[in-house]
Amino acid sequence: MADAQQITELQLQGVQETSQYQEIDDLISKNQHYKEGFVTTTAVETFAKGLNEDVVRAISAKKNEPEWMLEFRLKAFAYWQTLEEPHWAKLNYTPLDYQDYSYYSAPECGSCAGSCDTEQEAENEIDPEVAKAFAELGVPLTGDDSNVAVDAIFDSISVSTTKREDLAELGIIFCSFSEAVQDYPELVQKYIGTVVPHHDNFFAALNSAVASDGTFVYIPEGVRCPIDLSTYFRINEAKTGQFERTILIAEKGSYVSYLEGCSAPARDTYQLHAAVVEVIVHEDAEVKYSTVQNWYPGDEDCEGGILNFVTKRGICEGKNSKLSWTQAETGSAITWKYPSCILKGDNSIGEFYSVALTNRKQQADTGTKMIHIGKNTRSTIISKGLSAGTSENTYRGLVKVLPSAEGARNFTQCDSMLIGDKCGAHTFPYIEAENPTAQLEHEATTSRIGEDQLFYCKQRGISEQDAISMIVNGFCKDVFSELPLEFAQEAEELLAISLEGSVG
Amino acid sequence: MLLKVENLQAEIDDKQILKGLNLEVKPGEVHAIMGPNGAGKSTLANVLSGRDDYEVTAGSVTFDGEDLLELDADDRARKGVFLAFQYPVEIPGVSNKLFMQTALNAVREERGLPALDMFDFDEFAKAKIELLDMRADLLERSVNVGFSGGEKKRNDIFQMALLEPKLCILDETDSGLDIDALRVVANGVNALRSEDRSFIVVTHYQRLLDYIKPDHVHVLYDGKIVKSGGFELVHELEEHGYDDIIQQHNKD
Repeated sequence: MADAQQITELQLQGVQETSQYQEIDDLISKNQHYKEGFVTTTAVETFAKGLNEDVVRAISAKKNEPEWMLEFRLKAFAYWQTLEEPHWAKLNYTPLDYQDYSYYSAPECGSCAGSCDTEQEAENEIDPEVAKAFAELGVPLTGDDSNVAVDAIFDSISVSTTKREDLAELGIIFCSFSEAVQDYPELVQKYIGTVVPHHDNFFAALNSAVASDGTFVYIPEGVRCPIDLSTYFRINEAKTGQFERTILIAEKGSYVSYLEGCSAPARDTYQLHAAVVEVIVHEDAEVKYSTVQNWYPGDEDCEGGILNFVTKRGICEGKNSKLSWTQAETGSAITWKYPSCILKGDNSIGEFYSVALTNRKQQADTGTKMIHIGKNTRSTIISKGLSAGTSENTYRGLVKVLPSAEGARNFTQCDSMLIGDKCGAHTFPYIEAENPTAQLEHEATTSRIGEDQLFYCKQRGISEQDAISMIVNGFCKDVFSELPLEFAQEAEELLAISLEGSVG
Repeated sequence: MLLKVENLQAEIDDKQILKGLNLEVKPGEVHAIMGPNGAGKSTLANVLSGRDDYEVTAGSVTFDGEDLLELDADDRARKGVFLAFQYPVEIPGVSNKLFMQTALNAVREERGLPALDMFDFDEFAKAKIELLDMRADLLERSVNVGFSGGEKKRNDIFQMALLEPKLCILDETDSGLDIDALRVVANGVNALRSEDRSFIVVTHYQRLLDYIKPDHVHVLYDGKIVKSGGFELVHELEEHGYDDIIQQHNKD
């Protein structure tokens, strides 16, 4: 596979006929509506800005954590201090001042995290303003919606986890990360840092030090989780970082579909989001992990948007295990995210389906890593990048086949679509095959929604808005079909909203 | 009168192409526009269908009693102006079916008709596929993706059949077609001819016209119609080329 080790860059910066796309550009530059951009005013407890060892200790104390968790944090913090912020991605941002952020914020009632044990209690204790915020976002906190169980996270803490009693009957644990540290310390201790070690990278180290809250999911052996589990992340406080830590464990022969959604108010200063997700899939188990990311992208110039630095990784530990990542990334000023699969078990399967949309000055550098270790492991990567406005959209992916991975197979398809002539699409596929039996396929296309396509549609009576949404959704179809139904709908709507203005 | 073009002048990139064109089309008539390369044939087709790149600098176009030049391309299409493209455009990932259902329902809305759901649309489309003797898998494929040149043109004729426009403009639909594809296109046009549907067939060659037999033939040269006649003009041109007409025109 000598020629497979190449690094390709497809760079398409429109240079021809500037007037041709003038209309599209004009439309794109119109103001857009980020309907999740409201601010919730409630009594909060927020730490003063700044980060040092005392802050790490204070977070741990606030959460009443056991000694081992504090040690995990301190170890990570010490290591983080030795690191430099990475800038290898195709993202242009000035180094962040980590002392200018607050590392803990919670609605006041929320300080009882860990003691809100039942749904009833939790419901009673949710700050009404917070409950209202989630209601506006369409996130059910009362557990009436029978198809999904929700963990709602507001700034640094989880405010409500629904349906946990129903799930408990099946032995499923679905709670906030903070609660898991209290109630299931042996499970957390067993798995935390095993897939994403604290020394993995700069942002993983930072997360390990100041992890706020997140979700903990445990599916016992042979259990097929009957409903979708879902986490909704909301950053509300200004200048606050959200550092959620999520651990999902699927025991032998189990199945779960997990969804997460994200949003934040419109602020004029950057908000930092550095999450770590670890997924452990045992023998014959299957995990579907879906994300619809709609963090605030910032204003016209992407000032004040969310800076999204996320480390997501799962390990297919056992034989015949399967992990699917599906993501629709439409928000954030900056996205740095590579959900990955370590295919350790023989015959295990890793999948990555992604739609990343950037508009205005948004920048995204996203993709995946598929590490083939076990025999006959298979991975599929379908990535659809959409760039509009003056945004930059990069796919970066690694397919690595280790010598042990006899008969490994990968199929990669990276498609980019440019809307207008001032945006960029880039593809960096890295392929490292160390076993000669590996079969690796890579396909890539770049297309542009051009005046010709739009005119063709309009000449058939289709309005420009419908034409763009039809072309874009057609382009994303392979990925949206992997999302759970409601999420697929939401993702399509999000695309339409994010492209609003690009379509008149 | 369905279409009345008066003293139409248009330019692209500051270059004047149409220099005072007049044309009248009654319902049910088939007009052929012929002429040498660069005469302005495609410009006429594009200006009538509303492509943005062209700027109309003078003259007027009345379609069905309305000022056509005031309308956007999609409004014109909904009101019954159809352009069969010289180069039909590919739209990856969008099935012909979704594309045509969306288009048809937009046109139907304009006509005050209810939208067709998937099932109604399927039946409607099947009838048209049979009428035009086209391949049944046409609807399942992405719009024009991986189509041969002939298939793309046939797909355009199929779309024309679905949308049932009042005025069909064929912009060199016959270019690059082999004789079989040409016959399919011609048969399609003939099948769609009716009292309340008019055609403007823009072409370089007489081949297509032998099948279609237009009522009126016009020679376009240097942005104007310099000669008009009946079907016999096609064969006159076939024998003598454009030179006589052009010389005659230049003398005047």
